[in-house]
Amino acid sequence: MVQLSTKIGSLEFKNPVMTASGTFGYGTEYADFMDINRLGAIIVKGTTLNPRQGNPYPRMAETPAGMLNAVGLQNKGVDYFVDHIYPEVRKFQTNVIVNVSGSSIEDYVQCASIINTLDDIPAIELNISCPNVKQGGMAFGVKPESAAQVVSAVRKAYDKTLIVKLSPNVTDITEIARAVEGAGADSVSLINTMLGMAIDAEKRKPILSTVTGGMSGPAVKPVALRMVWQTAKAVKIPVIGLGGICSATDAIEFLLAGASAIQIGTANFIDPSISEKVVDGIEDYLSRHGFNSVQDIIGALE
Amino acid sequence: MVVADNRLVGPCATLLTLQYPGELPDMVAGQFAELQVPSAKVLLRRPISIHSIDRARNLVEFLIQIVGEGTSSLAELKQGDKVNVLLPLGNGFSYRTTHVSRPLLIGGGVGVAPLLFLGQELAEHGIRPVFLFGGRTESLILRKEEFMKYGDLFMTTEDGSAGEKGFVTNHSLLMDSESFDRIYACGPTPMLKAVAKWAKEHEMACEVSLEHRMACGIGACLCCVEDTADEGNVCVCKEGPVFNIDRLKWFN
Repeated sequence: MVQLSTKIGSLEFKNPVMTASGTFGYGTEYADFMDINRLGAIIVKGTTLNPRQGNPYPRMAETPAGMLNAVGLQNKGVDYFVDHIYPEVRKFQTNVIVNVSGSSIEDYVQCASIINTLDDIPAIELNISCPNVKQGGMAFGVKPESAAQVVSAVRKAYDKTLIVKLSPNVTDITEIARAVEGAGADSVSLINTMLGMAIDAEKRKPILSTVTGGMSGPAVKPVALRMVWQTAKAVKIPVIGLGGICSATDAIEFLLAGASAIQIGTANFIDPSISEKVVDGIEDYLSRHGFNSVQDIIGALE
Repeated sequence: MVVADNRLVGPCATLLTLQYPGELPDMVAGQFAELQVPSAKVLLRRPISIHSIDRARNLVEFLIQIVGEGTSSLAELKQGDKVNVLLPLGNGFSYRTTHVSRPLLIGGGVGVAPLLFLGQELAEHGIRPVFLFGGRTESLILRKEEFMKYGDLFMTTEDGSAGEKGFVTNHSLLMDSESFDRIYACGPTPMLKAVAKWAKEHEMACEVSLEHRMACGIGACLCCVEDTADEGNVCVCKEGPVFNIDRLKWFN
């Protein structure tokens, strides 16, 4: 029997497989297709202090081995989450982590403080890397100073596990990772989507209503893997790897590169039970290679 | 599901018949399926409406317009091939919960697809619908004989090669709006908007099936939204694809 459990800060996970924010709804959407409780965690979609309508349609463009999205953090706000979603998601027997976003430091702090009061939410993922909102979002995550500023403000208001989700749209991601580590983050997750664009040549128009959007899917995996490898060497806090993971093999590559856990995003859209299959696949790999624990392969790149 | 048959039924359309393993789940006309594309070049599933079902033999038919890489790959599937399918998804037309006696089913292009299943269902309820289909030219109006099994078929074509020349909203059938008590429509958005406008002006109940770019098909990714009067942006895949026009903000 191999050990799949892993830790992020003081928080225990039954296995290193999580579902990425914005790709798994509130988990309930996937309950018909898989057993949510088999996952290490689910990260529910980006939540903001106030309700957001998101961007106009069209919000999605398919690209070779990937997709662009420009959803723009559509959600009904943190109060709605507390009153209507939390009573449902707290029933899951897995870590339910809320992705928190905002347009100002005050927004982030207020939203995090409200979620801090929820007993069955053991962690938040601070989204300082959304490329699809006009104010805030990625703006905080592309400079070490502003990234540190928002993280230290939230750190004061939030006393559970604080994960910070980083943007790949930077010159040196390790610089941002070190800055948020210094500001009190318990972990960093990377990568959020890469800024991209799609054009309809026949109509001579951009496909997305916002012109640019966030690219995800297998096409971004090599970039994500490189950034996880670099960041895991640069910080002492655990790194959560994501970006184009579609199989257990992809997940294992991220663990070998130094990730303590991984998230599955776009692949949920193609196979709604993929995350459960990745858990099984990691277990198979460990048995096949004679490892007793998933810890044995974290950062074990030879 | 396993491919039972796949054949071209028009210049750019294939009729894909899939065998369901076991008894078909209950499905409502207007619901759709997400088909995984058998090509490494295509990442996302393709949302395809349910064209018809055969409950006795557990078969589901999909009428697919071949437009790009994904639908071309689906057109190349051979008998015996396996396809991963999520179905049924979304909400269909309201015929099971709303009283309707004289329905008008309006379709444009490949948008006729879900209306065959709807015709079958209405026939089972003892209702004979009227179909009104529009297309650029006669050959693009698909599966006419099949539709005529369930109701009377009227057509408009832009080149006048079949039926009346022009658009569906100009058809003489609509001269007497009293002939119908509800419109169910599916087709290109400009056609749906014209139909909805006509319905609104004539105070006729009208439901339209929208076709938006989708990723997940189950309401998780929030890509396929439509703005509604009551709830703002909602997912077409989960709240739709069929909407009562009263919910849509098309007339502001």
